[in-house]
Amino acid sequence: MSSLFEFLLRQGDNALVLGHRVSEWCGHGPVLEEDIALANTALDLIGQTQLWLELAGEVEGAGRTADDLAYLRDAWDFRNVLMVELPNGENGRDYARTMMRQFLFDAFQVPWLDALSGSSDARVAGIATKSAKETRYHLERSRETVIALGDGTEESHDRMQSALDLLWPYAREVLQVDGVDEDMARDGIAPLPSEMSEAWEAEVHATLGAACLQAPEDPFVHKGGRTGARHTEHLGHMLATMQVLQRSYRGQVW
Amino acid sequence: MVVSSADIWSWLETVPDPEIPVLSVVDLGVVRDVSVHDGKARVTITPTYTGCPAMRVIEGAITEALEDQGIATEVQTQLAPPWTTDWMTPKGKAQLESYGIAPPRAAGGPERCPRCRSESLAKVSQFGSTPCKAQWRCEDCLEPFDYFKCI
Repeated sequence: MSSLFEFLLRQGDNALVLGHRVSEWCGHGPVLEEDIALANTALDLIGQTQLWLELAGEVEGAGRTADDLAYLRDAWDFRNVLMVELPNGENGRDYARTMMRQFLFDAFQVPWLDALSGSSDARVAGIATKSAKETRYHLERSRETVIALGDGTEESHDRMQSALDLLWPYAREVLQVDGVDEDMARDGIAPLPSEMSEAWEAEVHATLGAACLQAPEDPFVHKGGRTGARHTEHLGHMLATMQVLQRSYRGQVW
Repeated sequence: MVVSSADIWSWLETVPDPEIPVLSVVDLGVVRDVSVHDGKARVTITPTYTGCPAMRVIEGAITEALEDQGIATEVQTQLAPPWTTDWMTPKGKAQLESYGIAPPRAAGGPERCPRCRSESLAKVSQFGSTPCKAQWRCEDCLEPFDYFKCI
């Protein structure tokens, strides 16, 4: 498996898995405007997935389409970070957890896509430049929501703090580096994710400060998603729902 | 009949955006290039938002409109440089406003209420009924309205 293919799966799978999680809110948002915003965010992420996975299939050269990669791979073949596969809450409907996860992800994704816009690979640069514009709107909203709820009522504050405590050990997996990243950096295709640390920390701490929330100090980071070494048990359950149609009626199209 | 790219452009002027039918695909600014080779048209379009379901429909509508004129057509998609709302024509922006959608503006918000022209406005949500729109409200006539947001 080439490093470029692995790298493209990581981009596509982060967008796909988070996009699917966010789409689970469709029709269940706490108020109409939030429901619409969540559905829009999910739609952008799925659109970005299509571009990344289509390119991944092209690079792999085995004739797999974006749909094949999304619907016909098993959990161990996915390369998304663990945070995006976590459920939206115990009952699947925790708005605090959903928005905190979105913010922690967007805070990485905006500088990351900006950096990828300068990729030596014109196809990667094209997808990143296009996606960066949409992602800036996601960050604007997730940042505002984290601040509004963190610095809101006692209950909203406590729920945002619990969400942060739960997600914090997962949040920095996006910044980890392995051999695939080193290959990408050597070829000028992408910088090392760790180079985003400064921008990520600055965004996260400024926002959490304004939201009256406290980041845990424990430096432990859950890893394994982006390398494919191990996923949480939640991904398989999510794929069972997401892939059921193509698994049951293979090759069906709209 | 010899078909020129000018003919193709004029036919594309009649192809409406599926979500905002007052706007043609040309006025929306998604048609990037038109060429004719051996009597066959090639139209290059660019997506507005990556996940916008209208893009597939636009592709089909372009093919259908040109094939109705008897021209075999191939539609291809090009990502870079990415589409921006600056590519919308002035005519398109005026049509949007008379349809009730405030046109995009570099300042990042609508200039005035498309209904009563008041400039006293409030943002309801950065996200709206389609990926390209935000929801705003007029503080004078109190009507909510769509704003075609900048990208």
